[in-house]
Amino acid sequence: MAPKGPSQEPSSNSQSPAAAAPGYVENVRLVDRVSCKKAALGTLYLTATHVIFVENAPDTRKETWILHSQISTIEKQATTATGCPLLIRCKNFQIVQLVIPQERDCHDVYISLIRLARPVKYEELYCFSFNPKLDKEEREQGWLLIDLSEEYKRMGLPDNYWQLSDVNRDYRVCDSYPTELYVPKSATAHIIVGSSKFRSRRRFPALSYYCKESHASICRSSQPLSGFSARCLEDEQMLQAIRKANPESDFIYVVDTRPKLNAMANRAAGKGYENEDNYSNIKFQFIGIENIHVMRNSLQKMLEVCELKSPSMSDFLWGLENSGWLRHIKAIMDAGIFIAKAVSEEGASVLVHCSDGWDRTAQVCSVASLLLDPYYRTVKGFMVLIEKDWIAFGHKFNHRYGNLDGDPKEISPVIDQFIECVWQLMEQFPCAFEFNERFLIHIQHHVYSCQFGNFLCNSQKERRELKIQERTYSLWSHLWKNRADYLNPLFRADHSQTQGSLHLPTAPCNFTYKFWSGMYNRFEKGMQPRQSVTDYLMAVKEESQQLEEELEALEGRLEKIQKVHFNGTKVKDKQSEPSKHSGFSTSDNNTANTPQDYSGNMKSFPSRSPSQGDEDSALILTHDNLKSSDPDLSVNSDQESGVEDLSCRSPSGGEHAPSEDSGKDRDSDEAVFLTA
Amino acid sequence: MEFAELIKTPRVDNVVLHRPFYPAVEGTLCLTGHHLILSSRQDNTEELWLLHSNIDAIDKRFVGSLGTIIIKCKDFRIIQLDIPGMEECLNIASSIEALSTLDSVTLMYPFFYRPMFEVIEDGWHSFLPEQEFELYSSATSEWRLSYINKEFTVCPSYPPTVIVPKSIDDEALRKVAAFRHGGRFPVLSYYHKKNGMVIMRSGQPLTGTNGRRCKEDEKLINATLRAGKRGYLIDTRSLNVAQQARAKGGGFEQEAHYPQWRRIHKSIERYHVLQESLIKLVEACNEQTHNMDRWLGKLEASNWLTHIKEILTTACLAAQCIDREGASVLIHGTEGTDSTLQVTSLAQIILEPRSRTIRGFEALIEREWLQAGHPFQQRCAQSAYCNSKQKWEAPVFLLFLDCVWQILRQFPCSFEFNEHFLIMLFEHAYASQFGTFLGNNESERCKLKLQQKTMSLWSWVNRPSELSKFTNPLFEANNLVIWPSVAPQSLQLWEGIFLRWSRSSKYLDEAYEEMVNIIEYNKELQAKVNILRRQLAELETEDGLRESP
Repeated sequence: MAPKGPSQEPSSNSQSPAAAAPGYVENVRLVDRVSCKKAALGTLYLTATHVIFVENAPDTRKETWILHSQISTIEKQATTATGCPLLIRCKNFQIVQLVIPQERDCHDVYISLIRLARPVKYEELYCFSFNPKLDKEEREQGWLLIDLSEEYKRMGLPDNYWQLSDVNRDYRVCDSYPTELYVPKSATAHIIVGSSKFRSRRRFPALSYYCKESHASICRSSQPLSGFSARCLEDEQMLQAIRKANPESDFIYVVDTRPKLNAMANRAAGKGYENEDNYSNIKFQFIGIENIHVMRNSLQKMLEVCELKSPSMSDFLWGLENSGWLRHIKAIMDAGIFIAKAVSEEGASVLVHCSDGWDRTAQVCSVASLLLDPYYRTVKGFMVLIEKDWIAFGHKFNHRYGNLDGDPKEISPVIDQFIECVWQLMEQFPCAFEFNERFLIHIQHHVYSCQFGNFLCNSQKERRELKIQERTYSLWSHLWKNRADYLNPLFRADHSQTQGSLHLPTAPCNFTYKFWSGMYNRFEKGMQPRQSVTDYLMAVKEESQQLEEELEALEGRLEKIQKVHFNGTKVKDKQSEPSKHSGFSTSDNNTANTPQDYSGNMKSFPSRSPSQGDEDSALILTHDNLKSSDPDLSVNSDQESGVEDLSCRSPSGGEHAPSEDSGKDRDSDEAVFLTA
Repeated sequence: MEFAELIKTPRVDNVVLHRPFYPAVEGTLCLTGHHLILSSRQDNTEELWLLHSNIDAIDKRFVGSLGTIIIKCKDFRIIQLDIPGMEECLNIASSIEALSTLDSVTLMYPFFYRPMFEVIEDGWHSFLPEQEFELYSSATSEWRLSYINKEFTVCPSYPPTVIVPKSIDDEALRKVAAFRHGGRFPVLSYYHKKNGMVIMRSGQPLTGTNGRRCKEDEKLINATLRAGKRGYLIDTRSLNVAQQARAKGGGFEQEAHYPQWRRIHKSIERYHVLQESLIKLVEACNEQTHNMDRWLGKLEASNWLTHIKEILTTACLAAQCIDREGASVLIHGTEGTDSTLQVTSLAQIILEPRSRTIRGFEALIEREWLQAGHPFQQRCAQSAYCNSKQKWEAPVFLLFLDCVWQILRQFPCSFEFNEHFLIMLFEHAYASQFGTFLGNNESERCKLKLQQKTMSLWSWVNRPSELSKFTNPLFEANNLVIWPSVAPQSLQLWEGIFLRWSRSSKYLDEAYEEMVNIIEYNKELQAKVNILRRQLAELETEDGLRESP
């Protein structure tokens, strides 16, 4: 991804960002939290959109960029002899620790960042100033890439059972729903409006996914306002309409994704769940996924574990277990699996809801769709899925991801969990997805970055009012343009794993859910595998493609020459340079690395007998000389997106220069050798 | 015939076999001296051939006259046989029990196995110490081969041939041997060509409580350092454990007596601690019903990954001393046959590209495990299901293989072999038709005449048809030192071993196949392009010749 970005963006060899920045502080140190190497000295700049740290080291002048919108918390720590430490935790799981020499400067930076990280107006967000230098037409085209009416058409709609309803025109019935909604043909406007009045926030049952072969559907809504005994004829008719729209099945599942206790508690507030006695032919089912507050705390706990400094294996596993994170991931997957099985194996339709039907319901519907339909496992299909189940159906991006300053209790990693579910599936079905892990990581980044308009606001209505499409750019076209970076080399459209539903084992296989270090520790590059199989295979595939072309060319030339021979004349054919196939140095470039902290207890190792002098003190393995050549792998931001430096993992690694890190390291490796 | 006495019922019909992921098979069960065989009468169904030596434990239970035998294997597999008839079932069970716990090594299958394949290269001669030494002798003249142990009298657990400093004569070695546990005097394990630093290994020094010294030992250890150079003594025991060893006559080097050396203590567990860890881990992996949190809790409680982390960390530390500090290391624990070998061999995986090739890895196992006297027979006598509280079993070698797998996972393109190769080695260490892992050291192997009477594992593995199964398609020679991450986030449960029988690997196998296809296709294209290029070049020179007068 070529770095392009805002106009005030500095680069290592052009002007310094000071020009456009509201402020800068010199002699700031960036502490490397993973390895124990010396902190890098540099200058800290605050711009309107980014915090930028530029290292002083003249040969590299390495830059670390942090988008204000990524900042989750800023912590001013107790002043030490070296200065005043400032800890910045980001929503994309980057953690940056700065030490600012003067307490006063530190305070200023702290106050500025607090303000900058919590904008109060949408207009302050990065997407309104972000200019990727596309013209108006390109921008408009970009927004057209993902089109939900196309998607409904793809599902085979409208048909004999389902129709597009205009009941929510101008958001008259439900302001958090989209205007374009599919409902059963037999559901009249009267039934819909009646049902909407019996549902939280008027989120009446509407179609999420439709399987045209079996006529089974997944519908979604919010909880019914049933209280202890309330009924609503129209709502009962609505569910009946959904059942009738699937003539093969004589019942529908109603899946309440909340823990039973939570749902029962809601009855006291006049809300609740469907009473099986009042609705004809429904099978009601609870699937206990915890609420946003539990999830927020769980993530918090897990991140604390990730943040531990050289934790023991027990610390880590115990902390992971204690956070409950993987249990929650499993609960979401289990719900998705249940629904997918109901649709694919029983041919039954399912109505899914939670409380408001915009968090757990979105997670579960999209996991089920992903399991059922291979289209959603393609690059484009996945964008469509997020557009449909999350953006259009009013997932409250602004509240959940804290884009604008708001109630911290509204924040919760709802879509993060969905993204992780997809990764867990990718681990189990390595050939089933057209995209790779990087695609998921970049989407997660942009949910928080506010660099593109897609995820702004809490509903379609708000986005239309803000004229998002006229004022910002679409992430989807940006990702689509760079899709070569996001492809899974193992994906083949005719592979068995890309056909039909994914079948997960019915046994409760807990161990299939793993900690995703590629996401939660992604800025600690040293922890990730040093060679990427994905990149290696992409490079091989790319070369194969070139070879195919060359083969064709060679065959052509051979034929020509043989013809010429036959004719007894000779045409001088310009010899094309045979392309070099020198292997794929992708892996080699990434290979060079340095030892990590293997010597946790070395500083204090108790082996010297007291009788001994310190004649061999020169030999004490200090952290410094152990780490002297450890390249800084942690933070090297792509200037456009704030995404960490992935450019060195270019798929065509074979032809690329070694990445800065590994190149540097090889030298230092050599140096150690020479002085030894 | 001795086996016949043990087999009361050699054959039972209508036995039903249950295995995970396979439909039940009904067939005839046969017991032979070394195998349990179940074959169905249909032609195409797979048969079960199970070595008795692979059986770790059996349970039996009865419902009416239908008996069920649950067989738990050393490779962690669990199978179930439903046998009609109580007497038959009891007979079968007692036969299996007896046959799987034969006392005499010479009754083991390798002594009866007749290979059905053509031996291209006799594995018993594939990795001779002299050949291995030649690899070093081109780079250094400071070391020599010593045949001091050719009768196994100086050190019963060492091979006849060892590499020692040139300046130390055999007489001095004898004295050093007397000062080291089990006679295991310091020998060369690895020579780092890049800077001439070495890894040596030995048994603990027998300093005892009164701080006994041995001038020859001090001289030998110092002789390995060049002038002005320093070295590290890595003791794989914690200081506490090492101090306790003094009471039993063991101990550790006093730095005052080895002034050029610094001592570092690490803490790698041994024996029953490891065995219990394995038992707990396998139990957790087999229990599928508990919830997510319990699973993580049990994984944690097994401590398996803690052991992995500790071993890897120590190996990385040793490698770091060699490559980054330019300092030689001497590694030992107590006997120098377990944690010592884990560390020396893993350090070589990190430092030495050759040990990441198939051939080089085999040489490493031969050198650092078999000839170095890791007591395979004792350690691998039982596996995760044993209930006997024997003292000698420990999954030391499996932990080593797991560590290699962890590095392989982090550097997927730097190893010539794949995960299957490691799994195969694990299987053969515990139960095999080959003689390679029999006995506890070279001396025992010599007495058993394994070379004459059994086939070497390497004879079988190093044939193209087998090698192709074990070759990593992603391999690209990588001449660098590879530094793995030992952060808990970077270490994972080795599913290929521990979840092998409890989850289907279908989709992962398909992915592997796909990977092979992508690379094979690329190679095919390259070959085609090269042929065409050559053809064209020939044609064009012909033209040139024709044109030039």
